Amino acid sequence: ALKGGSRFQVSAALKEGRVTPTELCQRCLSLIKSTKFLNAYITVAEETALKQAEESEKRYGRGQPLGVLDGIPVAVKDNFNTAGIETTCASNMLKGYISPYNATVVQKLLDQGAVLLGKTNLDEFAMGSGSTDGVFGPVRNPWSYSRQYKEKSVPKSHSEDEESNWVITGGSSGGSAAAVSSFTCFAALGSDTGGSTRNPAAHCGVVGLKPTYGLISRHGLIPLVNSMDVPGILTRCVDDAAVVLGTLAGHDPKDSTTIQDNFKPFELPNLTDVSKLSIGIPKEYHAPGLSSEILSLWSKAADLFKNAGAKVIEVSLPHTRYSIVCYHVLCTAEVASNMARFDGLEYGHRSDMNKSTESMYAATRREGFNDVVRGRILSGNYFLLKQNYENYFVKAQKVRRLIANDFVKVFGSGVDILLTPTTLSDAVPYMEFIKEDNRTRSAQDDILTQAANMAGLPAISVPTGLSERGLPVGLQFIGQSFQEKQLLTVAKWFEKQVKFPMIELEVKRHNHGAFQHQKSASLS
Amino acid sequence: LAPWVPVVGLEIHAQISSNSKLFSGSQVQFAAPPNSLVSFFDASLPGTLPVLNRRCVEAAVMTGLALNCSINKKSLFDRKHYFYADLPAGYQITQQRVPIAVNGSLSYSLCIDNKMSQMVTKTVRIKQIQLEQDSGKSLHDDTRSQTLVDLNRAGVGLMEVVMEPDMCCGEEAAAAVRELQLILQTLGSSQAVMAEGQLRVDANVSVHHPGEHYGVRTEVKNINSVRFLAKAVDYEIQRQIEELQNGGTILNETRAFDSKLGCTVPMRDKEGKQDYRFMPEPNLPPLILYDAKSLPANMNHQQVVNIDWIHERLPDLPSVKRAKLVERYGILPEHSFTLLNEDGLTEFFENVVKQTQMKPKKVIGWILNDLLSYLKQHSLTVEESPVSSILLADLLNLLEKKEISSTAAKQVLAELWKGEGKTPLEIVKEKKLELIQDQKELERICQAVIDGQENEVIMMVLG
Repeated sequence: ALKGGSRFQVSAALKEGRVTPTELCQRCLSLIKSTKFLNAYITVAEETALKQAEESEKRYGRGQPLGVLDGIPVAVKDNFNTAGIETTCASNMLKGYISPYNATVVQKLLDQGAVLLGKTNLDEFAMGSGSTDGVFGPVRNPWSYSRQYKEKSVPKSHSEDEESNWVITGGSSGGSAAAVSSFTCFAALGSDTGGSTRNPAAHCGVVGLKPTYGLISRHGLIPLVNSMDVPGILTRCVDDAAVVLGTLAGHDPKDSTTIQDNFKPFELPNLTDVSKLSIGIPKEYHAPGLSSEILSLWSKAADLFKNAGAKVIEVSLPHTRYSIVCYHVLCTAEVASNMARFDGLEYGHRSDMNKSTESMYAATRREGFNDVVRGRILSGNYFLLKQNYENYFVKAQKVRRLIANDFVKVFGSGVDILLTPTTLSDAVPYMEFIKEDNRTRSAQDDILTQAANMAGLPAISVPTGLSERGLPVGLQFIGQSFQEKQLLTVAKWFEKQVKFPMIELEVKRHNHGAFQHQKSASLS
Repeated sequence: LAPWVPVVGLEIHAQISSNSKLFSGSQVQFAAPPNSLVSFFDASLPGTLPVLNRRCVEAAVMTGLALNCSINKKSLFDRKHYFYADLPAGYQITQQRVPIAVNGSLSYSLCIDNKMSQMVTKTVRIKQIQLEQDSGKSLHDDTRSQTLVDLNRAGVGLMEVVMEPDMCCGEEAAAAVRELQLILQTLGSSQAVMAEGQLRVDANVSVHHPGEHYGVRTEVKNINSVRFLAKAVDYEIQRQIEELQNGGTILNETRAFDSKLGCTVPMRDKEGKQDYRFMPEPNLPPLILYDAKSLPANMNHQQVVNIDWIHERLPDLPSVKRAKLVERYGILPEHSFTLLNEDGLTEFFENVVKQTQMKPKKVIGWILNDLLSYLKQHSLTVEESPVSSILLADLLNLLEKKEISSTAAKQVLAELWKGEGKTPLEIVKEKKLELIQDQKELERICQAVIDGQENEVIMMVLG
């Protein structure tokens, strides 16, 4: 039961010597190899991971593990700097780029003895909601290969096989979500700017936590939108998310946007009595395009709370519908600014074009960036032009304030937590997803998750149930600023109630023979 | 012909004197090996973030207070975007919306004529002082068609001081900048040495007829000394007047001062007007400063800059120092200007005064007329002077005690200047320059002269 289990269970096993860190690491590395077709990893750091595992083993041998995370295999989205290990952001611009420093969150994990297995795949520079637009190709949702999905899918023809029917992970932290979902690691770091951790978490049936802006350091996270980005945490259960949060949160002098207050890591209580809880259901999140399935699941969840004695009320966040446009302006503006540093001079791709500095810049950036990135840069620069600044950027900032105030009002009226869907539907097949362009998809898919980034609030997606197609559906809880403990406590209670099923991975391996889900086989 | 009113404003960039850069911990040092003082942030490595340097904030507050500015208790940082090889991030972090200090003034003095006999005080308004990053340096190697980039300077803290167009000529601009230099050096907020690039001045020049709108202005850059500033401004004023009188127009352009030719020339085409696409810097919260009243009780002092605390510790500014010199030593105001203007001269003067009985009013003449002119002739600084304050004091003592005449003293000084290690007394003895005080001795000498010149005496007596 180890593989499906929480970190606590694995930690206990490591402590008791039932499994060693090296064994654990090797199992995960082997599983990564056999699930290579998922394309969840860009770089697998096999050598360093095994070394880290060895060191961990020595510590356990001395009876001196660094903490709960010691020896635990983790993965990190490839937009976090990792010293000595390639950091690409799934872009040609940074292919081969080896950073000289670790992101603060990476360093914190390593300082706790975690074993870094590798860097996970994403949409290029985290721009996208499918994890389909990176230079290393799309990530496949492990649930595409689950018994649950297969038995529900009706093959359209004889020739069709799972190869063309696979579904996306969602994005942009799809690689991290797939890695956790397919048991190749126990926790993964993602990033969340408009929903990029929660969206793939929902589609892959894992927990995706977006912490409050300013709680976790962004030093070393290659930015998309500095004023909205946060490092995200993906795990298989809420307790594990709390443990990772405890390791990562707190002031970083290297990041001036982290709060100074002391952060105290917490253990989640086992909530039994929800009668004092007030759950808000924002009516605007009944968005156009929301599938009836998810609507029904959402409704059932609300009832769950009601029946358990909580107060469940409808609330309104009236400016929700402006968040997409607002996000578009602010996001592209910051992107245009953040991407200005990629000129080929100091690091990264440099074009061979050398007629002049300007022509070198232009060629480098055309060659290095995909058209999603280039599109956002162009839009962003347009909005930042002197003649447009007031009408677009400043206006969007004002609307952002209105969106944030919606939440302030609702929480101020006595509501503790908001309950919403995370996505409009379950994961769509890749072939269908790519029929629309990135911008359209992002605009559609971000609607339920974005506002939390606008307001800087913490939010978590919890796997709730399976759709009719046998694919995971998650529901989202949005909490008050820096009230992660309350948020996660409620999420944990909910998780316990819904008892989301474990994925039953079934893959016919061409080279290595079939393997059934490895629940008991690999790690006991 | 209708008179022309020249209008001169200045944008001055002063490098902050600090151990490390404005937003990163790399060192600030002049003339270090290329790219040896570059942190990850300075190189714009992705994922790095700015962290504000407290010392730079204090330097800006000090400077703002010294220039009579209002210090903004809340100021903001912005990004100014443009692509250039010496700007790794593709933007500079500056303060465009709300700078750290505004609405100040600077008083400076000028001689009405060239004789330093009448000084007049003028004031220029300080529009604002803002904190911003310096760029790196790029060197264009046209023979190899390459550009060499040195990022040592990238990210060093700058204070941009904007002086309103209250000046009217090169002399005023030069005097204002000189005074600013002295103030910055006194505060220690910048070493302000133009030759080392620690103080860079751009002049905005325009001309118009009295009563009419201000004319189109040009920006003059590449000015490497205070002297060249005066020349550049005066040249540009003249050029604009001639152009307009000949029926031409002035372009709103940037021109470079060519010190060899003594003129301004249009700078390499910057391709029209730049839109810098200013945007708030999202990684830096607003800069909040406190004073004694607003300081919260439980605040961590490491995280706080207290304006009042800085105010209390401001050293005497040049204007105050001059007034004190005048009062203490009875010298003229113009004397005090020259004293402060020359590095180390005030100290030298005061040391001499301490060690001699001669009155300061007389000492000053020797300092300013004799010592200083020797130094200037030989292009030496006070520090390099072969005549120390002790030696000069000894000499002046001899003069004061009437052991030598003032002519003799000048001769001794000329000898001392050779720096051969002799004392004034030794030189006097050697050259027999002693003043003879004995009356009988004088008579004897005179008689000897007369005796030796019988014929001439007879001629004189006969008429």
